[in-house]
Amino acid sequence: MNEQTEKNIGQSQHGLREIFKRLSRAPLAMIGLAIVVVLVFTAVFADYIAPFGYADQDLMAAFEEPSKAHLFGTDEFGRDIFSRIIYGSRISLQVGFIAVGIAVFAGGFLGAIAGYYGGKADNLIMRAMDVLLSIPSILLAIAIAASLGPGLFNLMIAVGISSTPNYARIVRGSVLSIRNQEFVEAAKAVGSSDLRIILKHIIPNCLAPIIVQATLGVAIAILTAAGLSFIGLGIQPPIPEWGAMLSGGREYIRDYAYMTVFPGLAIMITILALNFLGDGLRDALDPKLKR
Amino acid sequence: MEQTHPMVEVTNLKKYFKTKRGMLHAVDGVSFTIRKGETLGLVGESGCGKSTLGRVMIRLLDATGGEVKFWDEDILTYSPRKMKDMRRKVQIVFQDPYSSLNPRLSVSELIAEPLLVNRVYPSAAERNRKIGELMDTVGLARRLMNAYPHELDGGRRQRIGIARSLALSPEFIVLDEPVSALDVCIQAQILNLLNSLQKQFGYTYVFISHNLSVVKHVSDRIAVMYLGKIVELSDYKSLFVEPLHPYTQALLSAIPLPKFGKKRDRIILEGDVPSPIEPPEGCRFQGRCPYRQDVCKEKTPELRELEPGRFVACHFARALVPAPRK
Amino acid sequence: MEDKKLLLDIQDLSIHYVVESGTVHAVEHLNLSLAPGENLGFVGETGAGKTTTALGIMGLVPNPPGKVVSGKILFEGEDLLKKPEEQMRSIRGGKIAMIFQDPMTSLNPVITVDKQIAEMVLLHNDVTEQQALERAEEMLELVGIKRERARDYPHQFSGGMKQRVVIAIALACNPTLLIADEPTTALDVTIQAQVLELMHELRRKINTSLIMITHDLGIVAEMCDKVAIMYAGKVVEYAPTEALFTHPGHPYTEGLFNSIPDLDSDEEELKVIQGLMPDPTNLPSGCTFHPRCPYAVEACSKDVPPMVEIEPGHFVACPVRGKPYLHLGK
Repeated sequence: MNEQTEKNIGQSQHGLREIFKRLSRAPLAMIGLAIVVVLVFTAVFADYIAPFGYADQDLMAAFEEPSKAHLFGTDEFGRDIFSRIIYGSRISLQVGFIAVGIAVFAGGFLGAIAGYYGGKADNLIMRAMDVLLSIPSILLAIAIAASLGPGLFNLMIAVGISSTPNYARIVRGSVLSIRNQEFVEAAKAVGSSDLRIILKHIIPNCLAPIIVQATLGVAIAILTAAGLSFIGLGIQPPIPEWGAMLSGGREYIRDYAYMTVFPGLAIMITILALNFLGDGLRDALDPKLKR
Repeated sequence: MEQTHPMVEVTNLKKYFKTKRGMLHAVDGVSFTIRKGETLGLVGESGCGKSTLGRVMIRLLDATGGEVKFWDEDILTYSPRKMKDMRRKVQIVFQDPYSSLNPRLSVSELIAEPLLVNRVYPSAAERNRKIGELMDTVGLARRLMNAYPHELDGGRRQRIGIARSLALSPEFIVLDEPVSALDVCIQAQILNLLNSLQKQFGYTYVFISHNLSVVKHVSDRIAVMYLGKIVELSDYKSLFVEPLHPYTQALLSAIPLPKFGKKRDRIILEGDVPSPIEPPEGCRFQGRCPYRQDVCKEKTPELRELEPGRFVACHFARALVPAPRK
Repeated sequence: MEDKKLLLDIQDLSIHYVVESGTVHAVEHLNLSLAPGENLGFVGETGAGKTTTALGIMGLVPNPPGKVVSGKILFEGEDLLKKPEEQMRSIRGGKIAMIFQDPMTSLNPVITVDKQIAEMVLLHNDVTEQQALERAEEMLELVGIKRERARDYPHQFSGGMKQRVVIAIALACNPTLLIADEPTTALDVTIQAQVLELMHELRRKINTSLIMITHDLGIVAEMCDKVAIMYAGKVVEYAPTEALFTHPGHPYTEGLFNSIPDLDSDEEELKVIQGLMPDPTNLPSGCTFHPRCPYAVEACSKDVPPMVEIEPGHFVACPVRGKPYLHLGK
């Protein structure tokens, strides 16, 4: 190597700034990011943005088409669909992030143990994960949700558990490849404990694939939650979960298509945005793609 | 010779790995001593076990058998707690300056690691002061404190590795091919640094390398390894002036000399290095040895002291007769 | 040297890579020549531009981001840079062959070695597959591999033998020029000795000129007639081997020799060259070596030093140390 970065040393755009710079090169990823930001904003400030409460019924104004008063129209109970979509973003994002959060921590923990210690621990954990993986995830989520009972919280747990094996696998793979790197040996040579090595040396170097999977995982979690609510598990009315809204609008689809179109669009745009963002992150975080 | 008692005594050290095809004898009964302040060179080609030996000596890998005594105590029997204390005195510098540094940590964080793990300095201020001192010692500009490894060249990265190994003020350092991955000019800089550090602080080194010229430059004594065993051990001068073991002779003759007109009679070894898995009885080298006799296939030669300080593992050292050509 | 028809004549070659942080001047106004039957040692450290030059000769510089900015590469009198890809394809392997450093990745793991050699033969000769396979077996024998192993796969061979197979492939079509890019760097010393011995033998049997790219001056001393020392994209010294080793002219060459521990003597400290290779996107002005040169004077940072013939056949690009017949005063 050479004195190449003499002028730049120390000002290394390590971490967020560098990642953002690389991300900004993919226009689709930036669009995805923008949409996600808008969504988060909407979810946080729903109370201020939504013109109506999500449970405010006005039976006189039921089945109204989209108008100035009701941007997306009203449903069978006269509830403003626009407001319900706004509040729905809060639900979806909550489910998405918390479910993925559960999966990342549980799966990450299990995967790290399996990858680092190998042997029996590895076998035990990964076979357990294999069992979970052999069940189609939607069925697994249904089974867990059905056994836990209705409710937002149980929905998150169900989706979280069903996603755990994926993260376990990813983390285990990363840990395996990093475990043999010399800097891990170096940490051992100065007396670091196993826990310190896993937390300080191995996991931070595994973050890239986890972040990518998590971004896409939020999308999957939202879809799964929507699916579960669609079939009646999970969310209970009047909570405005987009999937539940889709389900609710099904019987009226011929005459009042807007009742399904808007929740459907909301789901679609969110998933798309997360996918774009996830793809962009994967490219931005991949050190091999650095020219 | 001021002290007669060696600082390090390795006796019959063994490290075997279980593989699908059988037991891999990476280190197969190795014995030697090291005096305080000296540099022992460990030389050999790939697969000879030198890197494994370096790691087993400081218990980065667990030994399969034998003893490693530091100051008369066998560290292979130490409890984990005692071993953690011991680690402050024995350190290692790795070969690859690219994979031996955690890419997510800055230079100062990398050097701070041993200090943090061993709780050497309670305050961050003292720690930073020590880090600054270490950087000065190894010739790293202080302004690089917040730089990351990927911004620096191999030579600088290796200096970080060296600074890290010095942080706990060790007495014994294993250097595993510390300059093999570096360009010639940078290599010379690092060799000079290691030399001056030893003069200044009195470190005892084990210098592992496949490069004989480099090893000769830094070592007081040199051990030549082949397939897990030491085949020759002597002071650096004698090894090069009169190599006793046929493998050492072949190794020396194989080096292309950067001198014009000095064409040597090269001993070309036939065949390849055999597998260290389930090695057969007898001398490990006999398959490629130009002097092999029947006894070489049957009896394993022991490492014996031919004259004070010169050890060879060959039945016919100093009485080598070329084997009849088939 | 002006009378003999040159096999290879590189004139004022410049190759740049355009990357995000700037333009890498990998090769800068390079001049190099090789007569038929000669072995040239091409020496330099990592990043000096040796491999890029070799790729330039083969027409294999990845484009983008690389691009040949100027110069000529005359091979047997014709400029390779002006040839269309079709013609270059027939030259590659046919007239100019190249072998790379890592034998592990140079061979296709799923094809037997005889077929890999035969593939080379078939690409450049109008023969039947049977004839090509026969030629493959001949080549294997030539490089010291028993014919019975012709149908083995690469993974069944050791590193040294793999490299022999690579050499067999390269020589299969009797190329006029062989470029070897650090062919023994990845091999153990005793195996390297075997391969170098093989190359000596082959040199006696086959009349192929050789450009040996290496950072090991020992290999150069053994194998090469002439040596070119490369630094930061330029050739800074070019001389017959004996002259280079007995009285090098350029301070960088001197520094290289000083950095190698001498097997025969007992020095304490190595005389090092301070500093690092320069940033190829931001080369120093004037002589690119001047920031590290112990003999630099003010003019060194201003003027690019020309190659001066200090004695017949010995060229040095240093006005301070490379004075004609300076060595005679020593």
